[in-house]
Amino acid sequence: MAALLETTDLSKSFGGIKAVQNFLIHIDEGEVIGLIGPNGAGKTTAFNLLTGVYVPTTGKILFDGKDITGKKPYQITALGIARTFQNIRLFGELSVLENVKIAFTLHASYSFPEAILRIGRYGKEEQIIDERARELLAAFKLDSLADEQAKNLPYGQQRRLEIARALATRPKLLLLDEPAAGMNPQETKELTQMIRWIRDTYKLSILLIEHDMALVMHICERIYVLDYGKILAEGTPDEIKNNPAVIKAYLGTEG
Amino acid sequence: MQIIKSLRKFDLALLVLSVAVFAVLEVLIDMRIISSFWRLQIILIGINVILAASLNLINGITGQFSLGHAGFMAVGAYVSAIMTMWYDLPFGAALLIGGLAACIIGVLIGIPTLRLDGDYLAIATLGMGEIIRICILNIQAVGGASGLTGIPRLTTFAWVFWIMVITLFFLKNMINSTYGRSCISVRENAIAAAAMGINTTFAKVLAFAIGAFFAGLAGGLFSHYFSIAHPSSFTFLNSYNYLTMVVLGGLGSMTGSITGAALITFITAALSDYPEVRMIIYALCLILLMLFRPQGLFGSQEGSLLLRRLMNRRKEAKANGSTLGNN
Repeated sequence: MAALLETTDLSKSFGGIKAVQNFLIHIDEGEVIGLIGPNGAGKTTAFNLLTGVYVPTTGKILFDGKDITGKKPYQITALGIARTFQNIRLFGELSVLENVKIAFTLHASYSFPEAILRIGRYGKEEQIIDERARELLAAFKLDSLADEQAKNLPYGQQRRLEIARALATRPKLLLLDEPAAGMNPQETKELTQMIRWIRDTYKLSILLIEHDMALVMHICERIYVLDYGKILAEGTPDEIKNNPAVIKAYLGTEG
Repeated sequence: MQIIKSLRKFDLALLVLSVAVFAVLEVLIDMRIISSFWRLQIILIGINVILAASLNLINGITGQFSLGHAGFMAVGAYVSAIMTMWYDLPFGAALLIGGLAACIIGVLIGIPTLRLDGDYLAIATLGMGEIIRICILNIQAVGGASGLTGIPRLTTFAWVFWIMVITLFFLKNMINSTYGRSCISVRENAIAAAAMGINTTFAKVLAFAIGAFFAGLAGGLFSHYFSIAHPSSFTFLNSYNYLTMVVLGGLGSMTGSITGAALITFITAALSDYPEVRMIIYALCLILLMLFRPQGLFGSQEGSLLLRRLMNRRKEAKANGSTLGNN
């Protein structure tokens, strides 16, 4: 299988702090990859590099055969990388439906005059956006809440809505930043199934940051372990579980 | 139901309403039932609605705190006056050129200043408005400090009313499109908007350019009504006044901007006989509003939505009533 995402020697420094160094990662089509590591290891910084929020100090990012290094976040999303955020960033004052509709903006092609005069492609495309947004909400069991303000949703549903919204951009690669944070065991179990279902239904690759080891070990095909900005280990869940360096980074050493 | 059909139906209803309001006011003005003082106030309400609605696009919809609206208005007022006075252009074309001039200035100023956020943007736009005013003040060709006089009095009630209607339709349709939703997403969360593939810089500059365009149109109507364009009509205090209308009506609500503009113009006019207490009453109104309804009269909702909810509730009540009657 062809590599969907590949990085070479990626690093990011903030002044004297090297947040991420020599970050080498490759993701194939259809893979679910985990990115784990202790707090402050640089996981979210790595996400921000991949999505263009930060411009890397050194290194290159190749996505789908294209060099996306230094591209703006909205351009990277247009090429097919979507993400969710560690601290949920929904459009809180807007309805659930509007949250998803905004993410379809990327795929609408009607021009500004067509929008103002409500002619041409406007009507047809707005109809499609509305239908697709409702379909997506139904798939995520949020359709009954379509007119609810996003900020009024319970935490678990806000997380679900954020994923639904990210999928509306039709990504090839979905980045999930701690999707299980704040969820109870039952919700985490549902999330585990949902992540698999998303991968199979929408035919995409998933890279997720997560602290819930049960979830990570359960669904990830490969795992990268980040510590102090460097990749400490890479391998299948079983390899990672038995890797002495990983155990040391998480639990410390005796004496 | 097809979305476009229901939208067209709603548009048609609004258009019919506009024609009706226009016909009634026009007849009242023609028959001189409305005094010349109130005629002036009605024209001012129309101009202020254009200004408040276009400022609402920048401040309320896109969430970019701009305090330079009077500056854009000044550009439109002077440029359109020059077009009719020096080049003998028809009024409509002159207004359009005035609006476009303001739009171009808006884009030129918007690109560097929209990198700023919140308070910083407010200060930058405030400075920009003042720079425009002081530039005009020092250009002798357009009258400098004594203002540009002898502008033909071309603005009629019909011009103001229909340009106001066009402005409102334009903004309403924009908000209900991907372009408007991009602007709203910038207000709600710029980082998330960018992650959803929205070019946030483009959305901000678009809002700024269109807001400036309509402020320019309003400026043209203004100068061609009073036959004079004077720098003192476009000070920071005027920008502030338009902002008050937007905030009073509710940031992000077009219905609110219309109500805010009408209400403030009306209060100012109604209190003009009591100049000593005018500002006190005016200030008290604002304080009371901010105490009891800090989100503005309409919040960020549109009047049509509130109306629909009210009607649904009444329908439900009726349905309940009829079942009770059957029992």
